[in-house]
Amino acid sequence: MRLNKIILSFVSALIILFSTSVASFAKVVGDKIILGAAISLTGKYSSNGVHTQNGYNMAVDRINSMGGVKVGGKTYKFDIIYYDDESNPKRAAQLAERLISQDGVEFMLGPYSSGLTKAIAPVTEKYGVPMVEANGASRSLFTKGYKYLFAVLAPANLYLDVAIETAVELNGGKPVRIAQAFEQDAFSQDVRLGILDAAERTGSKIIIDDKLPKELNDMAATLVKVKQMKPDVLVVSGHTKGALTAIRQIAEMKVDVPMLAMTHCDAAKLSKQHGKNSQYALCASQWHKSLTYKDDFFKDGMTYAADFEKEFGYDPPYQSAESSAALLVFKDAFERANSFDQKKVRDALAATNMQTFYGNIKFAPGGQNVDKPMVLFQVMCDASGSCENKVVAPLKWASAKLIHPIPKWSER
Amino acid sequence: MDFLVFQYPMITLQACLDGILLGVLFALIAYGMALQWGVMNIINIAQGDLVILGGYIAYFMYLYGIHPAWGVIVAPVIMYFVGIAIYKLVINKVVDRDLFISILATFGISILFMQLMNFAFGADVVLANSGYGTTMLFDNNVVLPNSKIFSAFISIVFAVCLVIYMKKSKLGRAIRATAQNARAAKILGVDTEKVYAATFGINAALCGVAGALISITFTIHPYMGLPYTIRSFMIVIVAGLGNLPGVAMSGMGLGVFEEFADYILGTEFRIGSVFLLLVLILVYRRFKLSRKREYLK
Repeated sequence: MRLNKIILSFVSALIILFSTSVASFAKVVGDKIILGAAISLTGKYSSNGVHTQNGYNMAVDRINSMGGVKVGGKTYKFDIIYYDDESNPKRAAQLAERLISQDGVEFMLGPYSSGLTKAIAPVTEKYGVPMVEANGASRSLFTKGYKYLFAVLAPANLYLDVAIETAVELNGGKPVRIAQAFEQDAFSQDVRLGILDAAERTGSKIIIDDKLPKELNDMAATLVKVKQMKPDVLVVSGHTKGALTAIRQIAEMKVDVPMLAMTHCDAAKLSKQHGKNSQYALCASQWHKSLTYKDDFFKDGMTYAADFEKEFGYDPPYQSAESSAALLVFKDAFERANSFDQKKVRDALAATNMQTFYGNIKFAPGGQNVDKPMVLFQVMCDASGSCENKVVAPLKWASAKLIHPIPKWSER
Repeated sequence: MDFLVFQYPMITLQACLDGILLGVLFALIAYGMALQWGVMNIINIAQGDLVILGGYIAYFMYLYGIHPAWGVIVAPVIMYFVGIAIYKLVINKVVDRDLFISILATFGISILFMQLMNFAFGADVVLANSGYGTTMLFDNNVVLPNSKIFSAFISIVFAVCLVIYMKKSKLGRAIRATAQNARAAKILGVDTEKVYAATFGINAALCGVAGALISITFTIHPYMGLPYTIRSFMIVIVAGLGNLPGVAMSGMGLGVFEEFADYILGTEFRIGSVFLLLVLILVYRRFKLSRKREYLK
């Protein structure tokens, strides 16, 4: 009896010892660099969570099959531990804690959405874990003085200010009248701040400034105001539901406005769900496959899109592309640091200056990418009713000329 | 705060019409809630989720090339059986217990439904295009999407049919008898168990109709149910149980109130103003009741 007890406690002690020793080596096991990510695989962000995961996986496979990461004369491969954060910020923070303190992960990839990134960033910061994130654009992420947070995407306040500047330009340099409707969440409100800045810069006037509720599926009241006050530009940002609701009701209520600028058009599959009604909408995007940036792994946007479609069966939204880019950034930083020391990797990340198929990447001291402008595309349809997103700004990548003003409904 | 309503008189008319059309649809959902609340004394937190499920039925018909308006016929039939199933599995175990237990139970059903819908249909926001045009009035100053008019019309048709059914049919009479006094009805030979199941089924069917209409007029999403539950709860509170004209009136009133709150206070106060109204009404009722010294069960 007693002997049994002794054996049992010995075995348990061994197990505990073994498991902790595994944890402490978890960042790099054998020839594997293990990254951690909490991603929304269920819950309200699950579609975009899956886009993010697909983007990460695609890049991991590609980098591993093309020689991996070379550090200290040895070749390593990427591997990712995923947890499902259920689209819940509290859960995301818990999982980040778990990834770092239990699984021993020393390098993190970001979750989907600004809100969840905001929940995770204090945790990674506390432990000094470098995190490269690809889906949190809220400006407030980059003003907190985080040292270990790096975002490959442009901050939210830059999403639509190009649209206002374009509108002013098309108006002969004269200020325009702006109507805007934004959901009350961190991201959309940051987009709004960008518009306010642009309006101030150009002397434009904001004549309608509506805040949409979280459960928005009706913005008829805003559109009635637009109909009566006839602004030059209508700006809408409320994630996919905002984009879908706006197009549906603008078409139904026959609202004529010379320029309509939105976010989340491709995530909302706007042209698929609304067909010709979505025509002429201007959409802010972090990336478009027709951009001509290049790298050694994915070649360019078109090749990336084709490879992605082959693997996952759908056209990649920008959420996937930016997620893939995050891995390229990590690989580059590891090789330049030539070490797995978190501080050295962090410094290498801060000094990143590279081009990927997704765009140029160079981080500001706040962690946001300052070297990649947003692009605007416009939904354009042909006579048969099939629609395509064509880049119209910045002019360097424009594959079509901006149609402005939007033809009136009575003339369509 | 701005006063567009006063600067542009057409907006007033537009707001009234929008509010009424919206309110009729809410009233339909609220009527289902009032019915089962009155009969079974259950406040169904999952009401909104049943609505969304109905919406998905119409959406899938649309996806497979059937016009989503047919969802108005198909969704209630399917949802009736979903309702019966929920009753048999969960509700019949809590029907005689206190209100708190039933709220907890339906809250659980609500969470379960949200997650299941998310799992089965994905988290994308979707909608069904009816292709109905737009009606323009007063020199194009007032616009009414035909889909909204269609929704209001169908809601009224279903409400009227239900009233007639409740008055004339055997089951309708049994439901009303059970609502008045379940014990007496039982003694007189009414199978209350069956009545409860049918009531829950009818409620789910009404939610199905409303959901199909919402997928045509607005958008649907697995997590969008709660606002519908809250609105219908509000309408029932204002109207009182077993008061169909009251439900219709308070539904439309609430719709118009919401629209005006939107124009006058701003979109961000739209939902908040509805809650404020609810609080005011509850306070007023309490005040009135305490003066009347009515006996309350």
